[in-house]
Amino acid sequence: MSELLDLARSVVERARPGEGVEAYVARGHDTEVRAFAGEVEHLASASSAGIGVRVVLGAADGEGSRVGFAWAGSLEPGVVDAVLADARDNAVYATPDPHVALAQPDGVAATELDLWDPGFSGVSTDEKVRMALELEQMVRGADPRVRQVESADYGDASVEVALASTTGIRANTRRTSAYVSVSAIAGDGDESQTGSGFSVGRSAPALDLERAGRDAVTRAVRLLGAGKVRSGRFTVVFDPRVVATLLSVVSSALSGEAVVKGRSFFAGRLGEEVAAGMVTLVDDPTDPRAYGAAAFDGEGLACRRNVLIDGGVLEGFVYDSVSARRAGTVSTGSAVRSGYAGTPGAGCRALALSPGELDQPAILASVGDGVYVQSVTGVHSGVSTVSGDFSVGAEGLMIRAGALAEPVREVTVASTLQRMLRSVLHVGCDVEWLPGAAAGQTLAIGDMQLSGS
Amino acid sequence: MPDTPSKPGAAGAPLIEPGVVERVLAAAVRRGGDMAEIFAEDRQISGASLDDRKVEELSSGRERGAGIRVVVGETTGFAHTADMSEAGLLGAAEAAAAVARSGGGEARIVALPSRHGRPPRAEVLPSTVAKARKLELLVRADDVARASGGAITQVQVGYGDSRRRVLVASTDGVLAEDDQVRTRFSVVCVASGDTGLQTGYESVAHTMGFELFDQVDVDEVARTAARRALGKLSARPAPSGEVPVVLAGGSGGILFHEACGHGLEADHIVKDSSVYVGRVGEQVASPLVTLVDDGTIVGEWGHYAVDDEGRPAARNVLIDHGVLTDYMWDWLRARKQGRHSSGNGRRQSYQHLPMVRMTNTFLMAGTEDPDEIVAQTPSGVYVAKLGGGQVNTATGDFVFGTTEAYLIEHGRITEPLRDANLIGNGPEVLRRIDAVAGDFSMTPGTCGKDGQSVPVGCGQATLRITGVTIGGTAA
Repeated sequence: MSELLDLARSVVERARPGEGVEAYVARGHDTEVRAFAGEVEHLASASSAGIGVRVVLGAADGEGSRVGFAWAGSLEPGVVDAVLADARDNAVYATPDPHVALAQPDGVAATELDLWDPGFSGVSTDEKVRMALELEQMVRGADPRVRQVESADYGDASVEVALASTTGIRANTRRTSAYVSVSAIAGDGDESQTGSGFSVGRSAPALDLERAGRDAVTRAVRLLGAGKVRSGRFTVVFDPRVVATLLSVVSSALSGEAVVKGRSFFAGRLGEEVAAGMVTLVDDPTDPRAYGAAAFDGEGLACRRNVLIDGGVLEGFVYDSVSARRAGTVSTGSAVRSGYAGTPGAGCRALALSPGELDQPAILASVGDGVYVQSVTGVHSGVSTVSGDFSVGAEGLMIRAGALAEPVREVTVASTLQRMLRSVLHVGCDVEWLPGAAAGQTLAIGDMQLSGS
Repeated sequence: MPDTPSKPGAAGAPLIEPGVVERVLAAAVRRGGDMAEIFAEDRQISGASLDDRKVEELSSGRERGAGIRVVVGETTGFAHTADMSEAGLLGAAEAAAAVARSGGGEARIVALPSRHGRPPRAEVLPSTVAKARKLELLVRADDVARASGGAITQVQVGYGDSRRRVLVASTDGVLAEDDQVRTRFSVVCVASGDTGLQTGYESVAHTMGFELFDQVDVDEVARTAARRALGKLSARPAPSGEVPVVLAGGSGGILFHEACGHGLEADHIVKDSSVYVGRVGEQVASPLVTLVDDGTIVGEWGHYAVDDEGRPAARNVLIDHGVLTDYMWDWLRARKQGRHSSGNGRRQSYQHLPMVRMTNTFLMAGTEDPDEIVAQTPSGVYVAKLGGGQVNTATGDFVFGTTEAYLIEHGRITEPLRDANLIGNGPEVLRRIDAVAGDFSMTPGTCGKDGQSVPVGCGQATLRITGVTIGGTAA
């Protein structure tokens, strides 16, 4: 592993006087097996590696700095040389900016996290294939109404990352992950409905195939017979998976970069009541249960717990180094980057709402009448974290007399993110860490517009 | 990369030497298999972004490697490597062939044809254009957007170009190369007013070089993005419920991409996970609908000479006057049906397996006057620009989102509406198209499927749907 850090350091050591250099080096290995109709549809396995380099140059007149970036999907010496040269050349053309700088070590100690499962490499390919096939068979046989299993996948990945910079940053991490996922189609006559299920963990033995299969079947079968309903205003109870998606969306508006550039509906609202009093939202990548748990952020600073909304009051945003300087504050250790080909930006990794008192059945009972939304579509085309406008396709079940009732599809639910945060009625106690940057838990929101027939 | 001029019109050296290709393919099927294939790729990307009045960052990237697949019966083995040496490729071939260990299948290695290198189809390779020249475009667009109105408070301008050289060779005797050059430019504006913030977006993207900017006026791109943001400051909430919708030409093509395009991809057909299974020859849409997927249209965002399985791009009529005529096919799914690929096998990169993908998908223009269509719509919604969408191919339910829309009242376009998604069921909505105009245009997009993104084009003329559900907040 230190081999990667040695490479990152060797690039940094080639900085010219007055130049800032940061090297991010990553190497990974992944496997994917897809089962279909009792056979292996594909088995893919490969390693990849790459490097991303940022070079910061001081402007001639001392009025700020300029940054350039280059990357390559290779760690060959000649390629690494070219990447450094490209980044240096790219920096020449940027507009000098007093806020541009590489992250400075801030003395915050990184949390020790156990994200590397030593048993990971001991799982044979045969075992991975067996899991995908077993999951597919399980779902096919679970219910006579399951007429197709479109895919049943097993996948895993191990990733090592090293980061070094001329400001003295040295970070080195590694993690493993594994998942199974399955997509079922239930049929009744001409009608089809779909449902998916999955399980994630640090390695294959941690996966719950039974749970993944049951989720896919239940979700598909219970939608059979679904129809449109009349438009109206309803209390909406969101499934934990949907809530994880919604929190990930809201996190874009909590990015200090979006706020300082006036691209967030939260801009200028620090210290104000932006949500119902029961809403406390925390990004804590040091929680080892979180899928996005991490010791270091994308600039090599220690990840830390950041309280964003506390008792409904907007308390803070997440910052990387540059957005923090622009906003006149310090990094919250929240730089995220999409691998070696991406530059750091401010973002969340492990968002969760502080759990409430009630579980899902109790929330449904308390709501009485409303709509339970099991899945949403069109999040990227219908939700804006700039305006806050919110409109998504939805399917799920009506809630009648405090219990799930008949299924509903081809409807939308709409509001604004601002109003939704203020209209939270219940936060579930059923926190569940899901893949992505947020936890799932049941959430009830009042007064949303449902559009149907 | 330094801005050294390179001469367009000349094909470069092959990504892998012919002798190496043959030895790697032979190794891949040594233990059995029906087919083995090498897909080699060399991709160079450069980008520049302006935000908050500053050129924030120039970036450049390079990725080079090969993916090898071995097909044995119903099973595909796949491995990829960034090591393009013979040893690296043989290692990947060995890993991909591991699925063939139980035997079965005996690939007959067909002799590869002689190589015809393909020159890049770009008049001006972006790598030959000075970086300063690209930055001028960004700064200019920023100035124009901000000059569009004092309420424009933030502008983000993006430029990007890519050059993707590919080589595909298979034991079936396929040996094909392509050299794809793409250039894009986009502007996002934020406008600020009493009602909060609103955004406006516009982009242009073509499969061509820097000559794009001889054809496209970046000022117009910037003005359009600014106009969209400013217009929505006074927008009222979109209605809810089922309403007649007139979709303007261009981005409305996303309707077809989602309502039926994905459902006509043969991977969904062979798995019986599409509402269009078994319906070839049936009337699946209004007789006004003739839908074509055409990868051969030079310059369009979804264009290429050969697909990522080495098959030539083709023009495929999918729906002819409302009658379903065919699906889109890649090699693997075509083989199951004993037919040929339709040139729709695509992959995001050498690290991915190919699957059936759209290219440029569009509705053939009709004959009506777009203004007449609006005039003959007593009330409804006029969608001037769509942002994106999503479909569940098994149920046919799909959504698509507006980024510029207006109310239609008494046959006239009136007040602007805030963004919303529309939701419908593919076959139902296609039957409800009752007017198609002659004002055809295409728009670029990025299509995501099973974790892979590829550039696609969508197109249509102004059309009307008699009823579709719009998801606004107004009762």
